[in-house]
Amino acid sequence: MYNSGKIIAGLAVFFILAALPFLLNLGKANAKIEPSIKTPEINAMPVKQCVESKEFMRAEHMQLLNDWRDEVVRNGNRIYTSKSNGKQYIISLQNTCMKCHSNKKEFCDKCHNYMAVKPYCWSCHIAPKEEKS
Amino acid sequence: MSMNRRQFLKLASVSTILGVGSATAITSLGRGGLEASQASPDPKALKAKRWGFVVDVGMLKTEEDYQKCIDACHNIHNVPTLKNPKHEIKWIWKDDYEHTFPNMAEDKIMNKELQEKNFLLFCNHCANPACVRVCPTQATFKRKSDGIVMQDMHRCIGCRFCMAACPFGARSFNYVDPRKDNAIKVENKEFPTRMIGVVEKCTACYERLAVGKQPACAEASNGAIVFGDLEDPKSEVRKLMAEKYTIRRKPELGTQPSIYYVIGGGEHV
Repeated sequence: MYNSGKIIAGLAVFFILAALPFLLNLGKANAKIEPSIKTPEINAMPVKQCVESKEFMRAEHMQLLNDWRDEVVRNGNRIYTSKSNGKQYIISLQNTCMKCHSNKKEFCDKCHNYMAVKPYCWSCHIAPKEEKS
Repeated sequence: MSMNRRQFLKLASVSTILGVGSATAITSLGRGGLEASQASPDPKALKAKRWGFVVDVGMLKTEEDYQKCIDACHNIHNVPTLKNPKHEIKWIWKDDYEHTFPNMAEDKIMNKELQEKNFLLFCNHCANPACVRVCPTQATFKRKSDGIVMQDMHRCIGCRFCMAACPFGARSFNYVDPRKDNAIKVENKEFPTRMIGVVEKCTACYERLAVGKQPACAEASNGAIVFGDLEDPKSEVRKLMAEKYTIRRKPELGTQPSIYYVIGGGEHV
């Protein structure tokens, strides 16, 4: 093989450069995304309970919101009975979800930005007023 | 491997059945959704077989009387006021006799008072709506429960077929972002805005009916707009229609509009 020294050295440099981001982050924990539920409304609740369990909401909130949308707009059903606690809630993103989760930036956007998903809820639904951070 | 015609047909039919069967099994398994018992209507909601309006413009004396009804609607529904008249968004508006009843306007010697009157116009919530027939995504649809012609903004793709189909001009397209340039004068935080590229119109205040309130225009009109069940002979609208002569806009088109206009004014009947 001609110029083997240069080729092997070049390859080695290339691999080190390509692997550098991985090597540098080796052993470090991934940045953990923790949506904040510290709002005055939630802090005032004696038992911090969403319409369903935390685990369900984490995994299924998008499906739940789709179902809520269809129930209200297409079927005219506005009352939701929770599976987890049997309580009744008014089905509304703007008037139920965001009344408690009044911190859209720290709650919704935090995960959505991390996951690079862009839900188009807010092009129509009015987000709660927050101070610019 | 050689195969005769009979073997090929057998194999093909078995694999088709398997394929279709497993596909339906997978989709039905994957469907989470709400259980039927989980969503229910609000017990406070107003119910009817077919909602309709009786509009008596004779009771609207001044410019402010009209404007009160228009503002009541546009303010709670975040309807923007846009500078460019071509971009205008309107749910309820005022127009003259000739534009309201074009099929009757050629008669110039009939009641002068009527011809000089302005009328309040909004979505007719037709029993046989042309807009619903043409919508390719079923974004606009007729509620089976009470006949309201609804607009599902989540599904609207902005094709504007409904605007071409509606003979009453009740629909407006969002050519620009309604949130830009402070076009929404009074913001109602309880109701969404719309976005650029969707069609909107009067929704008979479905969100107010759901909590037991009358439509905003009827409430603000001081009795000039009466709202009720057209199918119920004892309802207020039917009583009014029995007392006074009413006409509808463009009935010859067969869309069965649900707004009845009182003609002749209260005192003269």
